[in-house]
Amino acid sequence: MCDLKTERKTNMDSNKLRAENLNLYFGKKQILKNINIDFIKNQVTSLIGPSGCGKSTLLRSFNRMHDLSPEARIEGKLFLDDLNLYDKKNSVTDIRRRIGMVFQKPNPLPKSIYENLAYALKIHNYPKHEIPELIENALKESFLWDEVKDELKKPAVKLSGGQQQRLCIARTVVLRPEVILMDEPCSALDPISTKKIEELILKLKKDFTIVIVTHNMQQAQRISEKVAFMYLGELIEFDTCDTIFNHPKKELTQRYIGGHFG
Amino acid sequence: MKKKGLISTFNWIILCGSTFIVCLFLGVILWDIFTKGFSSVSWNFVSSFPSNGMTQGGILPAIVGTVVLTFITTLFSVPFGVACAIYLNEYAKPSMLTNIIRASIRNLAGIPSIIYGLFGLALFVQALHFGTSILSAGLTLGLLSLPYIITTTEEALKRIPNSLREATLALGVTQAETIKDVVLPKALSGILTGVILTLSRAAGETAPILFTGVAFYINGVSTAANQEFMALPYHLYMLSTQHNDIEQVRPLAYGTATVLILLVFMLNIVAFYVRFKNRTQD
Repeated sequence: MCDLKTERKTNMDSNKLRAENLNLYFGKKQILKNINIDFIKNQVTSLIGPSGCGKSTLLRSFNRMHDLSPEARIEGKLFLDDLNLYDKKNSVTDIRRRIGMVFQKPNPLPKSIYENLAYALKIHNYPKHEIPELIENALKESFLWDEVKDELKKPAVKLSGGQQQRLCIARTVVLRPEVILMDEPCSALDPISTKKIEELILKLKKDFTIVIVTHNMQQAQRISEKVAFMYLGELIEFDTCDTIFNHPKKELTQRYIGGHFG
Repeated sequence: MKKKGLISTFNWIILCGSTFIVCLFLGVILWDIFTKGFSSVSWNFVSSFPSNGMTQGGILPAIVGTVVLTFITTLFSVPFGVACAIYLNEYAKPSMLTNIIRASIRNLAGIPSIIYGLFGLALFVQALHFGTSILSAGLTLGLLSLPYIITTTEEALKRIPNSLREATLALGVTQAETIKDVVLPKALSGILTGVILTLSRAAGETAPILFTGVAFYINGVSTAANQEFMALPYHLYMLSTQHNDIEQVRPLAYGTATVLILLVFMLNIVAFYVRFKNRTQD
């Protein structure tokens, strides 16, 4: 993956998602410190760094999941294309529909496999007759269709962990968001399920812009074009996958990649 | 090693023994009431009016009274209680004020039921001019039930993991829709268990209805909201302490107790069924 990236970067550099001077506080504690970062369209960007460095917090500020925590306070600007994500005029449900999210632990709804995908389609008023086809396509796109096509009525919680996570990805994909945020989507999965999800991510980037938080360095190398290294709430280094892993510019990055702390 | 084994055997005996004693008391009470009561429970007993100064006949008006009373209690306490719990758990920001509200609700649950009776008398019977009626009594029992319903509902909502709420919110679903379509259905069995346990307790209360509308005896079955009514627990109290020939009506008292327990059992079976159905669904 790493070697391919330089050519691609030159011909289609278009920023999809952007943070400008982002500061985020939980109460008095500052979690994110002056973050400036761009995520490029149809690329996979990995966020790496030791636990508690603010990767997930950064990820969750893009789809405004911090709106639920009254103690969270955000300064700075976040954009999806030219849309200011925290402008009061813009509806948060619309933003979340355009910026989907897959969580660390698979969280299927306590409904059937089919309903897990149909629910949000119904909420967003998709025409009834289109729903079955959209669901079938999303399940195929998420490499899940062959495994579940005969038991769509089965409760989703009966699926294995890996299947549940692919269902959660399908549930996000079916709404055709522009960006998919993934918060350590493989950390609760076995190696085989992880491999399937990684293949899925590589396929999905043709249609979506993907930002993924991961603790797994090999995973970041396998799937991403760009890598951002964060430490204690700061963005230390943000560059191509090749640069970060093979000749990082900052000493801190080098030490983290080398496994000296983390 | 040997000493450890001895201690754990000892612990086991204490725990098992306590459980056994508790069950024993429950069993003895039920056995006593059922053996003495079943002989007087008959179709005639549950379908006819008391007669001959309540030494004969049945307890139909008391059964109807208790059922209607519990219904009014439900109508009043469940919607308000559940709504309040949803507000506290899903919307209210943690602050001094919500902590005070929560503490007050917990304290309300500890107030003796006779105080609720006096409060109901002052508020519903007198201030609001509902008179001594089944409406006043039902509302009073509703007030008594509210803190329990709020607390148990909030606990049920708390058990729903946040990841489930995040799942739909991240799909652009609003918070209200998330609560309606995901949180409440998932919490339903927990909420219903709390509601039914509370209502079965309320159905057996005597003190709160004493001043607010229950009657010694009424002629005919009236379900009008502004009428006085008969109720099983009060009827039982009356038969076993206030009647002028207690010995003679004792079988009727036991029969009344049996019917009251069976009614409460029926409510609990509903709760059991709902939980069972919900468990097999997931």
